[in-house]
Amino acid sequence: MEFRYLPMTETDKKEMLQRVGVEHSDELFSDIPEGVRFKGELDIKAPKNEYQLMKELTDLAGKNVNLKSHTSFLGAGVYDHYIPSIVDHVISRSEFYTAYTPYQPEISQGELQAIFEFQTMICELTGMDVANSSMYDGGTALAEAVNLSAGQTKKKKVLVSKSIHPESLDVIRSYVKGPGVEVVEIDHKHGVTDLDHLAEELDEDTASVVVQYPNFFGRIEPLDQIRSIVDTEKKAMMITSSNPLSLGYLTPPGEFGADIVVGDAQVFGIPAQYGGPHCGYFATTKKLMRKVPGRLVGQTVDEEGRRGFVLTLQAREQHIRRDKATSNICSNQALNALAASVAMTSLGKQGLKKMAKMNIQKTAYMKKQLKAAGFEIDFEGPFFNEIVVKLERNVSEVNQKLLDKGFIGGYDLGQVDENLKKSMLLAVTEIRTKDEIDAFVKEMGDIHV
Amino acid sequence: MSNQDFPLIFEESQESRTGFSLPELDVPETDVDEMIGGTYVRRNEPDLPEVSELQIMRHYTALSKRNHGVDSGFYPLGSCTMKYNPKMNEDVARLTGFSHIHPYQPVETVQGALHLMYDLQESLAAITGMDTVTLQPAAGAHGEWTGLMMIRAYHESNGDFNRTKVIVPDSAHGTNPASATVAGFEAVTVKSDERGLVDLEDLKRVVDEHTAALMLTNPNTLGLFEEDIEEMANIVHEAGGKLYYDGANLNAILGYARPGDMGFDVVHLNLHKTFTGPHGGGGPGSGPVGVTAEFAEYLPKPILTKENGLYVFDNNRPNSIGRVKPYYGNFGINVRAYTYIRTMGPEGLKKVSEYAVINANYMMRRLQEEFDLPFDRHCKHEFILSGKRQKKLGVRTLDMAKRLLDFGYHPPTIYFPINVEEALMVEPTETESKETLDGFIDRLIQIANEAKENPELVQEAPHTTIVSRMDETQAARKPVLRYTKSE
Repeated sequence: MEFRYLPMTETDKKEMLQRVGVEHSDELFSDIPEGVRFKGELDIKAPKNEYQLMKELTDLAGKNVNLKSHTSFLGAGVYDHYIPSIVDHVISRSEFYTAYTPYQPEISQGELQAIFEFQTMICELTGMDVANSSMYDGGTALAEAVNLSAGQTKKKKVLVSKSIHPESLDVIRSYVKGPGVEVVEIDHKHGVTDLDHLAEELDEDTASVVVQYPNFFGRIEPLDQIRSIVDTEKKAMMITSSNPLSLGYLTPPGEFGADIVVGDAQVFGIPAQYGGPHCGYFATTKKLMRKVPGRLVGQTVDEEGRRGFVLTLQAREQHIRRDKATSNICSNQALNALAASVAMTSLGKQGLKKMAKMNIQKTAYMKKQLKAAGFEIDFEGPFFNEIVVKLERNVSEVNQKLLDKGFIGGYDLGQVDENLKKSMLLAVTEIRTKDEIDAFVKEMGDIHV
Repeated sequence: MSNQDFPLIFEESQESRTGFSLPELDVPETDVDEMIGGTYVRRNEPDLPEVSELQIMRHYTALSKRNHGVDSGFYPLGSCTMKYNPKMNEDVARLTGFSHIHPYQPVETVQGALHLMYDLQESLAAITGMDTVTLQPAAGAHGEWTGLMMIRAYHESNGDFNRTKVIVPDSAHGTNPASATVAGFEAVTVKSDERGLVDLEDLKRVVDEHTAALMLTNPNTLGLFEEDIEEMANIVHEAGGKLYYDGANLNAILGYARPGDMGFDVVHLNLHKTFTGPHGGGGPGSGPVGVTAEFAEYLPKPILTKENGLYVFDNNRPNSIGRVKPYYGNFGINVRAYTYIRTMGPEGLKKVSEYAVINANYMMRRLQEEFDLPFDRHCKHEFILSGKRQKKLGVRTLDMAKRLLDFGYHPPTIYFPINVEEALMVEPTETESKETLDGFIDRLIQIANEAKENPELVQEAPHTTIVSRMDETQAARKPVLRYTKSE
């Protein structure tokens, strides 16, 4: 069998082994003790040639219902948006995707500058001073923010609204076990954080309050009121997780005094790809700049005074600080941050606002049509691009029927909340047309009858 | 911005220029501001650049030319396994049925994706000799933390709450001690001996009833196989501790040895190293974790299983460490790794390690006359040189690394591992040809000669790059982390 990624010829091998001073390559493995040496053949499938493997995998991919074969109203943290063609063309430049972390600035100015631009865009969107080069995803970014708040305030309790993404809440619960932080869940009321409950739980042991804006139900959390409550404890921080697209139209958390803003930039040019890789972002205040997890790119000059960029404030990081590092993160999502940058640049100032507004308008239309068709909408109030509709049948049953008609229906909220059985979370993005929405509502009505 | 500065995208922006093509608003317009409420309607618009599509393409094309990747030239960055990233993998990951699927679609509609994930789990289990694999962790460090949390859960479920220490060798990658801390452990260092291997006596000294685990890469970060691994496993296991395998160096032993057979209990892999996921300029990666059967109950939720011929997720895992990531891992990277494994098969993967090790040994032997070789024995997939000799001439390893830039090479990893003075860590990988290796070796020997004859030439390098050495002190003292429009 030929292996096209392996250039060593028999002649090369002979010459090289001779230079090394061994007869056979096995001698180079003689330090592996007999007792642990693997003798057989790895129990994996036999190799396949390029054409046949491509055919097999194309068939396998073809088995999946996808967001292009069906009309989707599924969101819940992962969204189907307009992706400009240019995004993939840029990230397919192999100087970007075959490089690693830009340790050598002289030959990595492209990547470093691209990250610097990404950091700037995230600061612009969130209204924060500082943003890092990316995190794995929105969920782990939020969990890192929680741990940062506990470390910074030296307090061991965080108040987390139950209106955040349920899987982010799960990830927080896992992440806090290390530093031993207690998570207190704050109820939601009418689809937003219960402010009375929040005020009740907030005390001098509180490191931070965590909310999502817009929240998991699509509702816009009252950040100004939440900030006022947080302010009653001097040290407590306000952490928000935000869909960055929504910030094209909504007042950014930074303007409400958020201490840390995180989220996922998947909405900008990154396909759903079954949940990952996406692109977490992490933004904060100048005060917390030296506590930020992950890579930061800073501007400086070279010996001739030319502007250039480097990885900076590295004393926070694991490769320098080892067990005293602010986080263990090393690889992040650089290529996806690049994709997000290209998408944000394509949209620009005008496009971002237009796209964000269109999400609200199309969702408003869906809501109106559903109501007209006799559906009850749960959690009435200001929303971004998601709404909750009450059904009389099980969501999974309705989704199965929708699937037969070419639709991917909404998220079954009953999976995560007993009280929300038969409630479906629907997302309407800018790419859904009026005709698609009308057809969907009609189908929903037909199923319901 | 001075004239010779390369512009930022923000500096190319002109008001009202556009680079997008959004759908028309085809639904009746509603009063959005009224619905949202005044306080929540954004007044200060984010200042994103306003540029045309060609301007964007030119900007990023120019940036890409200011960047060095594996496709641009040799990239022997030790411990990072900068091997060729197959183009087919990219095409497979972009198939609509893989790239445009939603994690909350009913499992019946994504059986193709789940089949791939399941098969990848099985393949990785076979390659590592472990019983069960999860694909959830997003990267190597994330896998380390996941694995350590499982070890913690294991000890705690045995009522053993005093195992607070994780032992890491002094040559370990920085993520090891950092992950130990994040998982709530105290990191304890074990020394290396003159062979470059873990000092068994020191290991016996640090292992005790507080030991939760020993974290080890094997071969270690010096590129040497820990030949006492069986005894090390015994020492740790007998004291009630567990063995954690950092898969950063798995590229050296595919088909030759398996962590599971060496006595490791928990293993993480870096699919973006050994299994050709592109490094992407710093991610995304993927860091699956494999475990022995006794750890299976602690695996992160959910678990992908097969029931009556259907792939499903099992969330009913009472002893699980919980969720480590939303959704199901970095699927897009896992697709690439799977494509690679299917391309190579058992025979190909074994050749990968054979050739990676031959390449490293060949380079080491050709370079050992001009540089100090701290550990003179067969290496695995990478080796360490020391620039001690050149340092005496006033030329530091950093200078030599910068000089390599003049010849179009990415330098080796430098000043790591930290237990070797003036370290240069070279990892050629199996995908480089002998001609490439010889070219690099010749240049490095030339640089060693320059250090003797014309040290300034090396000290002042690089000479041919688009920018010269950066003022990193200024960057850290007066941090400028974002662009601000000058008034």
